[in-house]
Amino acid sequence: MGNDNNSRRDFLLTGLLAAGAVAGCTSKKNPFEGYANGDVTASGETVKLLSVDGEVIEMDKAFLKPVPDLPHPSNSEERKGIAGKKFVMVIDLSRCKNVGACKKACNHAHQLNPDQNWIKVLSMQEAEHTAPYWEPTTCMHCDEPPCVKVCPVDATFKREDGIVLIDSDRCIGCRFCMAACPYSARVFNWEEPKLTEEVAAQPYSCETSVPQKKGTVSKCDFCPDMARMGELPHCVTACPNGVFAFGDLNEDSVTNGSETFRFSDLIRDKAGYRLMDDLGTKPSVYYLPPASRNFPYESGLEKDSSGQISTSK
Amino acid sequence: MEKSIEYANITRDLLPMRFSRWGKVWTAILLAFCAAGAFAWILQLKNGLVVTAMGDYVSWGIYISNFVFFVAISLVGSLITAVLRLANVHWSTPLTRIAEIIAVSAIVFASLIIVVDMGRPERFLNLLLHGRMQSPIIWDVIVISTYFILSLLLLYFPLLPDLKILIRAKETTGPRLNKLYRFLGSFWKGTPEQVRLSEKAINIMCVTIIPVAFCIHTVTSWLFATTYRPGWDSTNFGAYFISGAFLVGAGAVVVAMFVFRKAYHLEKYITELHFDKMGKVLVMLALLYLYFNINEYLVPAFKMRKPEAAHLEDLFAGEYAPMFWFAIFTGMLVPIVILLFKKGRRPLPMFIAGLMVVVGAWFKRYLIVTPTLLHPFLPMQGVAEKFHHYFPSWQEWAITMGSLAGTLLIITFFARIFPIIPIHETIIEQHEKAV
Repeated sequence: MGNDNNSRRDFLLTGLLAAGAVAGCTSKKNPFEGYANGDVTASGETVKLLSVDGEVIEMDKAFLKPVPDLPHPSNSEERKGIAGKKFVMVIDLSRCKNVGACKKACNHAHQLNPDQNWIKVLSMQEAEHTAPYWEPTTCMHCDEPPCVKVCPVDATFKREDGIVLIDSDRCIGCRFCMAACPYSARVFNWEEPKLTEEVAAQPYSCETSVPQKKGTVSKCDFCPDMARMGELPHCVTACPNGVFAFGDLNEDSVTNGSETFRFSDLIRDKAGYRLMDDLGTKPSVYYLPPASRNFPYESGLEKDSSGQISTSK
Repeated sequence: MEKSIEYANITRDLLPMRFSRWGKVWTAILLAFCAAGAFAWILQLKNGLVVTAMGDYVSWGIYISNFVFFVAISLVGSLITAVLRLANVHWSTPLTRIAEIIAVSAIVFASLIIVVDMGRPERFLNLLLHGRMQSPIIWDVIVISTYFILSLLLLYFPLLPDLKILIRAKETTGPRLNKLYRFLGSFWKGTPEQVRLSEKAINIMCVTIIPVAFCIHTVTSWLFATTYRPGWDSTNFGAYFISGAFLVGAGAVVVAMFVFRKAYHLEKYITELHFDKMGKVLVMLALLYLYFNINEYLVPAFKMRKPEAAHLEDLFAGEYAPMFWFAIFTGMLVPIVILLFKKGRRPLPMFIAGLMVVVGAWFKRYLIVTPTLLHPFLPMQGVAEKFHHYFPSWQEWAITMGSLAGTLLIITFFARIFPIIPIHETIIEQHEKAV
């Protein structure tokens, strides 16, 4: 009996320590629920683990359980960014025909309101006699971000890896950043986002930008959660025409999933430029001019029965 | 002996009075507006800013333009109290308290309306917990709260000798108000040392409030001018806002002068001379504001850079043209014409001119905020159709009208409780004149 009590106390103590260590993953569900019923007994074999906060902890092997998804990094890690990276995007206007798959994938991944988009595919024409073209716009992730300059509470910030993010848990909803952004990249959650219960229950992270929060600003985040897993942003993989190429300036390479380019060569050979570079915002998104196009502009005008510009091929 | 009777008369004339029938009706109307505004705000808190007509392009609307209006009108406190005092102008003495209460009540509602505009008002404290000095909003928070405190003190210190008079007049003011007066000013005995300290404090505050006043409206103009947007991206903005602010504030003082004079029969204290002098101040300020307007619109209109052109065409001849020309004519040109003539500087035409200035100024602020947001650099595409236009929703109107009624309510209650014309200073001036 006394022995039993002892092991129970030991077990509780270990569980408490472990719970404290893993608290950073912010899962609402207690991962040790099963153990509390007494299904598992300590094996006596311990392992050393690195917690998300960077602490080394030791715990009994019997209490280990595989986690289906990696927990999000802590807020301070998310604000720092991925060490050694400098993310860039290249948007090739000669390949875009307003398919809209980028928008669709992005909206789905970030659970945006149906009438709001982070990516906009603009129908552009500079002057009367110049050629029209399709121009997808994302957040430019400026190196001199006007939005970050004006944010009064550090809710929108610039990371070491070049990404500009929003912390919806801190945003006060003043919308100064929206006024400051010359690219109109930002949208606002005017009402309670309509989310499924499952999505709404997800722990919020600045890197996933999910779930969206009422009364806060949101925008394209360059999908840093995907970058952490070594994967490409949703728009890049969704585009059937390889319009978007994403990569690391430090590695001097960008890829659209099927082709990989040396960034400097691409920009040099195709005369890459940045939008409104004269403003001094130093965007991280580069554009390749709509020359020698793969599709005529008009092919993007096909409409479906509802009168909307078709979003499928 | 004759003198003391005269002073007793002054005191009797200027002691706060109970609301007349019209006073009660007026207060009830204001309260009704405030209640409607509060109701609309509750709806907004519940459902979010979706109850407004704002969208991802027009992300600032009537709340922000109303905020600018309030900050602008509050500047008059520093003009009448401080600038004229330092310039050794004496005729403005009876107007100082009117100007100062306008300043205080406008600042209160400027702060409130900013909270109303926030998507997350409950996170207001983040401004203190996570405030970043780079942001003009933080500068605004700092200077506006400083200005509020200075204005409150400039209202309070000159009130102390009057509180002494009020405490003594217990029979006329009643026991409940007497309690309040005692709480606020029973320590004031009017000893030479107290007078010296108070005078010194007022002088110091009169000097310091001028740069602070310039700061509040310059920083408010920078909320716009620090962005790249056509219509906001202007080095003229600080001076343009300050001159407009002094104009609308002076207009408000003229309106208040007229109303208080009529309601409390103050013809002896707010004389035609005061109207004439204020008329000259107002016309000078209107001309100054007109000058900055010409700079603000004609210089970009001469060049017609592409993004500016769309915005200016919208103002001069497009969707916003009726409102634009209304604001220019009502807010500046017509009052200038009225006030340039001596006959126009009599109370009634002055009242009309002052009202025109204030109404024109309110629409002018709307025109500064909204049309710019409808002319972003990249075309407005791929957003809901409703985001292409902006006209405030009823909730926005209700809250805005409620806030305007709220400032008037503060002024009304203040005049009910305290003498709106400084009694002590009036007596002193009468005395000096006699000597």
